[in-house]
Amino acid sequence: MLTLRKLSPQRLWLLAGYAAAAATMFSAPMFLNDFRLNLLAKFLAFAIVAPGLDLIWGYTGILSLGHGIFFGLGAYAMAMYLKLEASGGKLPDFMGWSGLSELPWFWKPFENFGFAVLMGILIPAALALFLGFFTFRNRIRGVYFTILTQALVIITTTLLVGQQAYTGGTNGVTGFSKILGESIASPDTKRLLYWVTAAVLVAVFILCRYVVKSRFGKVLRAIRDGENRVRFIGYNPAVYQMVIFTLSAAIAGIAGMLFVLHVGIISPSMMGIVPSIEMVLWVAIGGRGTLIGAALGAVLMNWAKSEFSTTYPEGWTYFLGGVFILVVVFLPNGLAGLVSKLKFSKSREVRSEAEHDGIEHPAV
Amino acid sequence: MEVIVLQLFNGLSVSSILLLIALGLAITFGLMKVINMAHGELIMIGAYSTYLTQNIFNDYLPKSMFDWYFVLAIPVSFLIAFLFGLILEMSLIRFLYGRPLDSLLATWGVGLVLQQLARSIFGAPNVAVTSPSWLDGGVTFLGSVLPYKRLFIIGLVALTLLAMYFYIYRSLEGRRMRAVMQNRDMASCLGVSTRRVDAMTFAIGSGIAGIAGCALTLLGPIGPSLGTYYIVDAFMVVVLGGVGKLVGTVLGALGIGVFNTMFEYWTNASLGKVLVFICIVAFLQWRPMGFIAMRSRSLDS
Repeated sequence: MLTLRKLSPQRLWLLAGYAAAAATMFSAPMFLNDFRLNLLAKFLAFAIVAPGLDLIWGYTGILSLGHGIFFGLGAYAMAMYLKLEASGGKLPDFMGWSGLSELPWFWKPFENFGFAVLMGILIPAALALFLGFFTFRNRIRGVYFTILTQALVIITTTLLVGQQAYTGGTNGVTGFSKILGESIASPDTKRLLYWVTAAVLVAVFILCRYVVKSRFGKVLRAIRDGENRVRFIGYNPAVYQMVIFTLSAAIAGIAGMLFVLHVGIISPSMMGIVPSIEMVLWVAIGGRGTLIGAALGAVLMNWAKSEFSTTYPEGWTYFLGGVFILVVVFLPNGLAGLVSKLKFSKSREVRSEAEHDGIEHPAV
Repeated sequence: MEVIVLQLFNGLSVSSILLLIALGLAITFGLMKVINMAHGELIMIGAYSTYLTQNIFNDYLPKSMFDWYFVLAIPVSFLIAFLFGLILEMSLIRFLYGRPLDSLLATWGVGLVLQQLARSIFGAPNVAVTSPSWLDGGVTFLGSVLPYKRLFIIGLVALTLLAMYFYIYRSLEGRRMRAVMQNRDMASCLGVSTRRVDAMTFAIGSGIAGIAGCALTLLGPIGPSLGTYYIVDAFMVVVLGGVGKLVGTVLGALGIGVFNTMFEYWTNASLGKVLVFICIVAFLQWRPMGFIAMRSRSLDS
């Protein structure tokens, strides 16, 4: 099957498609103006979250409504660095307004760019590992887990809003000027940051693809389709779930860091319940269980949002709600599922039906 | 002493509202494995029904009658939310059987649409509902004033709970419901119309959410996103209490309500929430299925 896959024209077309998409993405700065480029950079930052979310939802069957938090924590880590850089040794402005006279101890190390980046990955990962450790081990899963992730969103956002002196409260952290000594608003930096984001997206995509294609990925799919059977075979699903959930959170953290670089602000409202669930919608629309679908879904939805939500705010909410219902009920595999249904030949359908049959009847 | 009494009372008051909201959630989840994220919007619908009842009394009936609008508002809120629930079940939920995570997402979409609908009809700003004058004031107990409004809500919740108890454990419909909950296929084989039971149960759960919305109008102004403040806490009640038995939900609501008020009093609102969450996660280490879990020999329950 492997050789057949390698030689099949479909496979070639697919590779050509990936190459074309990557080429378009990397050459975008040539033909987009600064405003559009910044917008696209933001979408790409969002698109980084999607394959990570797909790893746990599409491939492992764990639905997290808490990815906004991991995204946000990454963003805050970067924002703390940028804020200190902008304040130039002085106390960040919002701390002064809230009556602090000295920089809190946990802000200090964030003066270092490398440390901030590291924390932007490690903090979300640690939080995910913490939650995963205390839930998956006890076989708390499915809807229960989803509800807990949502509760995590609520408490993290209330905490961020409540501790105004340390976090900037509802306003969040903003007012950045420099990154590593360079002006953050200059077109050159912007273009560079865009390329960095695109490169990270490609790297994350390849990483996720590697995970999915590996033995590890096979176990993940097995957990999705029959967790108990996996356990009886001798695997410990909890370990796999913890690892993949942590990885997914770390990816979201990276995306958050890039997001803050492009948008220049992070506040609790950008990581709350609604943004978290919108992230899930990107994956649902693009197609859970296909990484490229998830990433494209993120770009597509955010593009649509920026086009329509300001001109037709009411219509946009109706549209969003409607899409949610329609996609979940009628298109469980999203647009990617629709495409493969329309395009691929009968042999594939038969195969997927056989796979499906295997799930339904243990004897097969 | 006064502080303790007041905090306990506040905790009880919060619990009672949570209980009202979580009842419907717990029942529908136990029965159908459907998580209804639009539940918060059913609360909102109940609240706006009360608002409309008030307006009708204000506009068309003599002033002396106004105080009694609330008595009518309770059944009206129940009925309207009940109807919305019924429509929702018949048109959408039934396609989502056995897909709990998908039901969660689809109903979130429904919630979004309903919220926007409320915003389009009633406007985005909050509206105030005038509480009936017979609920003003309070009773003094051990040196602290307990407002009548909150006492009334606690009483209302107790009554609803009692009614639910009789419905579930003492009526034919309730027996069928429990049968479906325990073993859907078997109940179906024995002639219980599971479709009917599902629809009724979902609608009743929605109706109770409507009553919760009605009760919330006593505590402050209401707006299109009223339900979202309570919904996640209500879900936590379900997680903590377990599904399948009323008493689990009651314990879950009491636990979250009382601990939340206590922690918030000792620390502050944001830290209190964190502590409650940590307590819940810690508790789940001990009992992963919540206080009361339905015993079953099936593996994937």
